[in-house]
Amino acid sequence: MEKKTSKRVFAIGLTLLILALAAAVPVYAPVYTVILITSILMYMIIAVSWTIFSGPTGYISLASAAFFGAGIYTAAILGSAVPLPLVILLGALVSSCLALLVGGLTLRLKGIYFVMFTFGLVELLLHFILWWEVTMCGTTGRVVPPAGNATVFYAMLTILVVLILTVFLIRRSRYGMALQSVGENEEAAAHAGVHVTALKVVIYSVSALFMGAAGAAMATRWTYIDPRIAFNPLISFVPVLMAIFGGIRPIYGPIIGAAIFTYLEEFLITRFPYYYMLIFGIIMVVAILYMPDGLVGLTRRVWKRMSRSRHAHT
Amino acid sequence: MPILEGKGVTRYFGGLAAVSNVDFQVEQGEVLGLIGPNGAGKTTLFNLISAAIVPRSGNITFKGKGITGLKPYQICRMGLARTFQTVKVFGNMPVLDNVLLGAFFGREGYVSPADARATAGDALDFVGLTHTAGALAKDLTLANQKRLEVARALATRPEVLLLDEMMEGLNATEVNRAMELVRMIHEKGITVVMIEHVMKAIMSVCGRIMVLHHGAKIAEGTPQEVAANKTVIEVYFGERADA
Amino acid sequence: MGSCMIVTILDIVISGLLLGGIYAVTAVGLSLQYGVARVLNIAHGEFIMLGAFITFTLYTRLGIDPLISFAICGPVVFAVGFVLYRTLFTRLRNTSPTAGAFEGNSMLACFGLLFIIQNLAILIWGADIKGYSYLAFSVDFWGARFAVNRLVTLGFAVAICLVFYFFLANTRLGKAIRAAAQDPETAGLMGVRINQVLALCFGFGALMAGLGGALISISYKIQPTMGLEYTMIALIVIVLGGLGSIPGSFVGGLVLGLVGSIVTHVEPGLSLVAYYVIFMLLLLIRPTGILGK
Repeated sequence: MEKKTSKRVFAIGLTLLILALAAAVPVYAPVYTVILITSILMYMIIAVSWTIFSGPTGYISLASAAFFGAGIYTAAILGSAVPLPLVILLGALVSSCLALLVGGLTLRLKGIYFVMFTFGLVELLLHFILWWEVTMCGTTGRVVPPAGNATVFYAMLTILVVLILTVFLIRRSRYGMALQSVGENEEAAAHAGVHVTALKVVIYSVSALFMGAAGAAMATRWTYIDPRIAFNPLISFVPVLMAIFGGIRPIYGPIIGAAIFTYLEEFLITRFPYYYMLIFGIIMVVAILYMPDGLVGLTRRVWKRMSRSRHAHT
Repeated sequence: MPILEGKGVTRYFGGLAAVSNVDFQVEQGEVLGLIGPNGAGKTTLFNLISAAIVPRSGNITFKGKGITGLKPYQICRMGLARTFQTVKVFGNMPVLDNVLLGAFFGREGYVSPADARATAGDALDFVGLTHTAGALAKDLTLANQKRLEVARALATRPEVLLLDEMMEGLNATEVNRAMELVRMIHEKGITVVMIEHVMKAIMSVCGRIMVLHHGAKIAEGTPQEVAANKTVIEVYFGERADA
Repeated sequence: MGSCMIVTILDIVISGLLLGGIYAVTAVGLSLQYGVARVLNIAHGEFIMLGAFITFTLYTRLGIDPLISFAICGPVVFAVGFVLYRTLFTRLRNTSPTAGAFEGNSMLACFGLLFIIQNLAILIWGADIKGYSYLAFSVDFWGARFAVNRLVTLGFAVAICLVFYFFLANTRLGKAIRAAAQDPETAGLMGVRINQVLALCFGFGALMAGLGGALISISYKIQPTMGLEYTMIALIVIVLGGLGSIPGSFVGGLVLGLVGSIVTHVEPGLSLVAYYVIFMLLLLIRPTGILGK
């Protein structure tokens, strides 16, 4: 008992320390670092959100960019008429409503329909909004009034903290258990009394909620938004890569993956713009082939093997 | 009034009638056996009752209410639970969580964590798996996995329990233990319908038996009546019965 | 006045059949890959793009007639698909614990392939829109002008589908493919070398994509990023036709092509939206599609 409490105290203490350090970043660090870490926070949010739903259920959503983009566009439309916290909330709401629609349509059917529908959703929204702007407004794109780098940073940090708390709560609750059971054996879960479709739709909306919030907060980063910028297929791909590479079981798996790949992207994007997407694609294939449990699983296996060899000597 | 009843239940797969115009009544508290050669439609009938699939025609009533068109989770919460022919446990989850799921979700209304834990604990105890509560379900033996499925079903507090080939793949000792478990469930007042190929189990445990062949009901009655039924003998042993 | 209407309708129908023919060819390819080899190849559009660019390069650099370069483009794309299956997807099949896990993993692997192939293409050919002019003259029929390249493309699309149909119905390999589509396990037990057949199926799927791309390049402009949209459309077509039904993909392709042509005539830029509306209606009313079980 004592060991468990001291472990918990350590974990909480460490988390608070990291939070304090993070909060201090805009105060002490140069602008470039603040922007970089904001990007890392953004990818962490999307990767973890994606994992909330697609991790336990195995229903692979390829629509992250659609929800993120919906958040961006909500912020772009609202402009500076509304204070930032409300913009973020509305962006979250719009995205989760979109997810309710998508989920309601597809999640009562076999998983393959879900994958197919979400795959095209980003391009669809792009085309639709582009057509709408050209036909109805005569122009494409909107100008977004900028907010300070520190403001965006703190907004993203807050969203991430709320997200991690939410994930933690869901996992420990009966709904987290139900979600896992759906992934293990959906039919058995249904026969044990779980309202499988409702659960899937609700959790999917929750994951979209945070992606939309992140999008709304980040919108001010780009001063000019058009559908091509807001709905970028890479945002559907990279977080999935991060989650799978990092490991989808523990919460910190996607977080580690996000940190690694954001930094990698930062490093490569200026020097080799098309090469880096190519490299990411290759890493994805390699990760699927050789790293079923991600980096976390890999390190665990290596650690086990090392401690086994240590014991063999005694 | 029978607790579970079906009239004219029919289901096709492609052009083939898997279940063809079957009428059945299950009285409260009885143990009804469902037998027939492979492909007779027994599991399909279970699937139709538990709403895993939908009938082409006919209707099914449970406790006087029509349940055709309901979803599996609704039927479970009404008090009808089942196990599966191919064991469907949640392999990567602990044994206790497997049963907790049924305790939390298998009943109408809100179930408190304490209440759920108590129900799950009782169910595990009843099937004799308390000592495995922390193990992962996939690490259990087949016999124990089948018991786990029963525990999960019992945690939903069912009035009717459908058991699908619970004894398949078990050795003689395990079969005896399983038969004892069915008797204990019966003693609790739960109505049992069981699909089985192990004849000695069916004959000794069931009060009544229903026989399906090519999707149709061909006989019904007490074990003695069914065993003496000419059509049943023909179906199982072919024309050689006379030779 | 009346003849003007007829001309317009004829124009829409021919454009629709052309588009539909291309959709059908590519969708049949995807249907082979998903329906038989059980790989949801979301990089399908990239194989289409490869076919288009190979044809483009052969014509603009070496002057090889696009209709003849089918014979090069097809086998090349087939080989890429075949090798990919033999290496990547076979390994995934062996390491995935369940069929569902294999479907998920292979789809994700295709996601990675999407970015690999697309960016390789950008590095090789550049990101700009390209095109070439081939048979770009018109003929007059009943007072209407029809672009010859479009008519020829339509003819070839139909021909490809017919050839493929005969192949499936009458050759030993075709019958093995149909057996594997129905029931891979039984087919394997009956002596069909299932791994080989699945790899060939995937390869043939890629081949159809490549040929579809070649056809596209004759009549339309091409770009390394063109693949995504064609993948989306192929996905909708196979749902429309019925998952697992190869003839369904053919019918679905034609139907969707006609719809696209009509919508483009009324409101260009909304064709993709119209396709998705159809997708949503299918999901709501009849997910099994036209010819699905």
